[in-house]
Amino acid sequence: MKTSDLAGHFGLETIQAEFTDAEISAGYTSDLLSDVMGKAGDSDVLITIQAHKNTVAVAGLVGIGSVIICNARPIPDDMIASAREEGIALFRTPLSQFEVSGQLYAVLHGLSAIPRSDAPVANRA
Amino acid sequence: MRDSISMDIPINTEGGSRVVLDLIYSLKVRDVMTRQLITAAPDSPMREVQKLMRDNGITGVPIVEGSRLLGIVSIGDLLLALDDGRISSSAEACMSRSVVTLEEEMPLTFAISYLNRYQFRRFPVLDKNGALAGIITAADIIKTLLVAMNREVERLEATIRAPASPTVANASDEAEAALSLSFNTYQFDFDNAGKASAELKKALRNLKMDPTIIRRAAIASYELELNQVIHSSGGVMEYIVRDGRITIVARDSGPGIADVAAALTEGFSTANNWIRSLGFGAGLGLPNAKRAGDDFSLDSAPGRGTTVCVTINYALPA
Repeated sequence: MKTSDLAGHFGLETIQAEFTDAEISAGYTSDLLSDVMGKAGDSDVLITIQAHKNTVAVAGLVGIGSVIICNARPIPDDMIASAREEGIALFRTPLSQFEVSGQLYAVLHGLSAIPRSDAPVANRA
Repeated sequence: MRDSISMDIPINTEGGSRVVLDLIYSLKVRDVMTRQLITAAPDSPMREVQKLMRDNGITGVPIVEGSRLLGIVSIGDLLLALDDGRISSSAEACMSRSVVTLEEEMPLTFAISYLNRYQFRRFPVLDKNGALAGIITAADIIKTLLVAMNREVERLEATIRAPASPTVANASDEAEAALSLSFNTYQFDFDNAGKASAELKKALRNLKMDPTIIRRAAIASYELELNQVIHSSGGVMEYIVRDGRITIVARDSGPGIADVAAALTEGFSTANNWIRSLGFGAGLGLPNAKRAGDDFSLDSAPGRGTTVCVTINYALPA
């Protein structure tokens, strides 16, 4: 699946849409930036609640092309601006990291179809 | 819901006067915040919250249970409640729940960049146990800064002297190097943290370096740069690319590492809670930097500062 396939699915709201479309082969779920730095792969999508511009900086340095912010955390304007500068896609969802990771894993491993946004989703808010 | 008049505080946290930078990095949120809090209980009716705002001339009321912050009722929430005929409803039913908070140990730069970054006009401040300790607004910051700047200007007027001459890079070194860059870092300057590493990455790309090499250099550089921002009182990041070798030198002026072996152990960290809340301080920084490099050396002692050197070898074109 590609970055553009994320938009409008998994209950994701597109926050920053100016990105280089790329193939997504896996995801990395972490709120520790050094952990992301050391372990994430360069075609991963990053699933996190860490909504600040240092997250974009780390994503840019390791080559991550898209970031999903979970639990509907507020996203600061300067994070959006630096994601635009770096060409990194930014999405937000009310779902938790667990829910998003599970759904994405299922799709990437051919266990389910891409869930549509209008499908009922568990919302803990 | 940003006001038509910008609420931005016109202080540049990136460049600008060294004196002002020193002030906003040395003042803590707790030095600036208001401690006399006007709060309401979750079951207070909105009508009562409205009266609190009017009587005290404030535009936001934290909703608390004991010292625990549950949410905040802003003028916007109040207007919505009036519109929807919910003025008799409880504060809990009408408040904003997703509240961005500051911690009292954070440097003032955080409060300034939060005001510029989010649309909120006030930020509740929590102590290290997560209890509500105060609230901070743009007016609080401006008042404190004016007083501090006045004091600083008076001190400077008393001791005006010629500025130190800038250091000049060694010309012969630079002639041979394919790349030679140097950047300053400041303690707790998270707004600019990572810029030096991003510049290194850009420069290596321009040199058509292999992507794997660039990634390793970027990782090592970022970890060392963040270490300076989190732990040191400021430092310098230097990069030299020459003869098939990328050298990254991170040099800071203190306080130094007491137990170097522990600092190199994965999971060991001396970072405090709010630094951890930003996703740093996992105790992976130095181990990550070491793993990314072909060679790694660290020289540090308490009171002396720390110098870390990472080198990465790359294949020269035949």
